[in-house]
Amino acid sequence: MADVAVHTHDEVTGKKAWEGGARPFGASYGKLMMWYFLLSDAFTFAGFLIAYGALRISMPSWPVPDFVFSTFPGGFHHKPLYFVTVMTFVLLFSSYTMVRAVQEGQRENKKGVVFWMVLTIVGGLGFLGCQAWEWNTLIGLEHMTVTVNPFGTHVESGIYLEGDGHEIKAGDTFNAGDSYLIHKHGGEWEQLKYKVTDGPDAGQEKMQAFGPKAFGALFFFITGFHGFHVLSGIIFLIIILVNVMSGLYVERKNGYEMVEKIGLYWHFVDLVWVFVFLVFYLI
Amino acid sequence: MGHSYEDSKKKVLRIIIILGIMTISEVIFALYGKGHLIEGVSLPGYIVSLVMILMSIAKAYLIVYEFMHMKYEVPGLVKSVLLPTLLLVWAIVAFFWEGSDWKKRRNLISDKNSQTINQDAKQEGYLMLERETYQL
Repeated sequence: MADVAVHTHDEVTGKKAWEGGARPFGASYGKLMMWYFLLSDAFTFAGFLIAYGALRISMPSWPVPDFVFSTFPGGFHHKPLYFVTVMTFVLLFSSYTMVRAVQEGQRENKKGVVFWMVLTIVGGLGFLGCQAWEWNTLIGLEHMTVTVNPFGTHVESGIYLEGDGHEIKAGDTFNAGDSYLIHKHGGEWEQLKYKVTDGPDAGQEKMQAFGPKAFGALFFFITGFHGFHVLSGIIFLIIILVNVMSGLYVERKNGYEMVEKIGLYWHFVDLVWVFVFLVFYLI
Repeated sequence: MGHSYEDSKKKVLRIIIILGIMTISEVIFALYGKGHLIEGVSLPGYIVSLVMILMSIAKAYLIVYEFMHMKYEVPGLVKSVLLPTLLLVWAIVAFFWEGSDWKKRRNLISDKNSQTINQDAKQEGYLMLERETYQL
C-alpha cells in the first residue's frame, strides 16, 4: 500500500494525482523520461547483439575473438583481450567519477561537480581514443572492412603448402578450429594453399577462405554505435559542465538534477559495454 | 536518501572495486577456459559462456541498482523499466532458434551441391541421386 501512496500523493508538492503537478513514481519528468529513453535504447542494442548471436550460430565457423583482438599498442601481438580489458577499465573509471559528480551535486558542491565531471569527460575521451586505435589496427593493418573479413577459422585439419612470410611457414600443420588472418600485400590478398589431412575431403588441396562477411559489418556497426553513444555522452557532459560552471543549476536548487540525468545516460553506456564486451570479446 | 554523504562515498568506491575485480576475473576465466593461460588446459565452451553471461548479468545489476540508483526508486518505476526487458528473453530464444535453422539449411544446400546426379536419370528428366536410383 506504500506504493499506492506514492502514486497518488506527491511528496514534494503534496498534491494528489489528479490535481496536476504531481510527479508519477516520485521522479521528475526528466528523470523518468531518461529511464524510458534508456529502456528503448536497450532494445536497440539488444536487437543488434541478438542479430550478432543469430548470425554467429548460423555459420559453420566464426572468427575467434582471442585471435582477432590480440594486438596491443607498441607492436605487441598474441595478447588476447589485454587491450579491451584496458578499455573496459577506462570506462569503469569514468563511471565511478560520474557517480562522484552526482553525489557532489546532491550536496550542492559546485567545485566537486566540476572536478569529477572533468575527469568523466577525460575518461570518455580516453575510451574513444582506445577505440580509434583498435579500429585503426583492424582497418589499416589487418584490412578488415564492412564487407571483407580476412579473419578465418579452419573447419578441418591440414598442412600448409606455402608460407605467408609472417607467422605461417610451408609445412606447418593446423587443426580444425585454428584461426588465421589472410594478409594483403601490394593490394593483393594472399590466400595460402593447404592440403586437408582429415575428414571427407582428406588429400584435397584448398585455399584459405575468407571468414564470414557479416563479422566486419556487425563489429564496426555495433562498436561504432556504442562509440557514437560515448561521443554524444561526452558532448552532453561538456554542455552540462559549462552550465554547472556558469552557476545555472545553483539557481534551480534541485541538487544538480541535470548532472544526475546525464549520469543515468553515462552509466547506461557503461552497461551496454558490459554486454558488447561479453558478446564480442569474451564468448 | 537515508544515508550520509560519507557512507555513500565509501559505498561507490566499494562497488567500483568489486566491478573491477569481476572484470579481471572474467578475463582470466575466459583466457583459462579457452586454454590461453595453461598450455593444453581448457574447459568446454558452454561452461565458459555460461559463467561469462552470469558474471555480466551480475555486473549489470550492480551498475543499474547502485550507480543508476534503481535501488532507491519506487517499485512502480523499477517495474515499468525492468519488466519490459523480459521480452528480450523470447527475442533471444526465437532468433537463436532461427539462427540454428539457417545453419541446417546452409549445410543441406552444401550437401546437395556436392552430390553427383545420375546422368541417365537426368536425360529422362528426373533429377535423382545415384544412391536413390540403385534402390529402384
